[in-house]
Amino acid sequence: MASFYGVELKSRLLLGTSRYPSPAVLERAVKASGAEVVTVSLRRESGAGRAGQAFWSLIQSMGVRVLPNTAGCHSVKEAVTTAHMARELFDTPWIKLEVIGEADTLQPDVFGLVEAARILSEEGFEVFPYTTEDLVVAERLVEAGCRVLMPWGAPIGSARGLNNVYGLRSMRAHFPNIPLVVDAGLGVPSHAAAAMELGYDAVLLNTAVAEAGDPVEMARAFALGVEAGRAAYLARPMEPRDMAVPSTPVIGKAALGD
Amino acid sequence: MRIFLNDDMHEVSPGTLAAALESLGYGGRKIATAVNGRFVAAAARPRTELADGDKIEVVAPMQGG
Repeated sequence: MASFYGVELKSRLLLGTSRYPSPAVLERAVKASGAEVVTVSLRRESGAGRAGQAFWSLIQSMGVRVLPNTAGCHSVKEAVTTAHMARELFDTPWIKLEVIGEADTLQPDVFGLVEAARILSEEGFEVFPYTTEDLVVAERLVEAGCRVLMPWGAPIGSARGLNNVYGLRSMRAHFPNIPLVVDAGLGVPSHAAAAMELGYDAVLLNTAVAEAGDPVEMARAFALGVEAGRAAYLARPMEPRDMAVPSTPVIGKAALGD
Repeated sequence: MRIFLNDDMHEVSPGTLAAALESLGYGGRKIATAVNGRFVAAAARPRTELADGDKIEVVAPMQGG
């Protein structure tokens, strides 16, 4: 089982709740995915609005654990204040920490990320930092108190898959005892399977399911991809080699040539 | 006095954050608040006095990735 800050999970798929065609489709997709953790956010609500209350009732009815995010925050102060609001609202120390540094790629501002992670960890938060595959940044995040690391596969919502397999493999080798989650950029279940085959503990995705033609079926497909990749990792894949090796034995072959 | 709640200007009676929220329709709602960029916990709202021109943020649970 995957373990994050002492919480054990059977499902290694964490699912976002945004961009679904309807609340009903979201609910069915979460169920089809088998996800036990869903990401949620905070947004302004007017005195007359009820969208947030309705959404919260839906999430509660699903019986899943929530991982609030600080999506859209571009500064340490914004991210820390958002985390405080999220902890009170969702009654959890978990926070998916995003400090965005670049508007086109939504690349993390890793300097702000480390600073915010340190502040929040010291305040008792259990931080899930959305980061890059940079090993030095990762070391700083662990020093700051993070016990989970979430490197990106590719830019958020891009569906490009694993842009830097070498970097992700290095990260796995460098942090054998820190739970690692590929977060963002996945587009199809084979991307999720590839992350799991590298030995990652879980994947976190949203848009690939929500914007699929059939989100519920895609959620099921991702669950299968994650399960296949994890099973393959545990089964220890063979090493690739340059030359062909016949799989059918040559010894005993009938001599039928001239 | 005038306050700015999620960027919209409102006229409210001088008083606490809790009272302003109640008067603006947020009573009993699942929300989190900040005043002038600083988080104000639910328990602190009844003792948080507002001043003219304060900027209040009120957020609720929302979909997220």
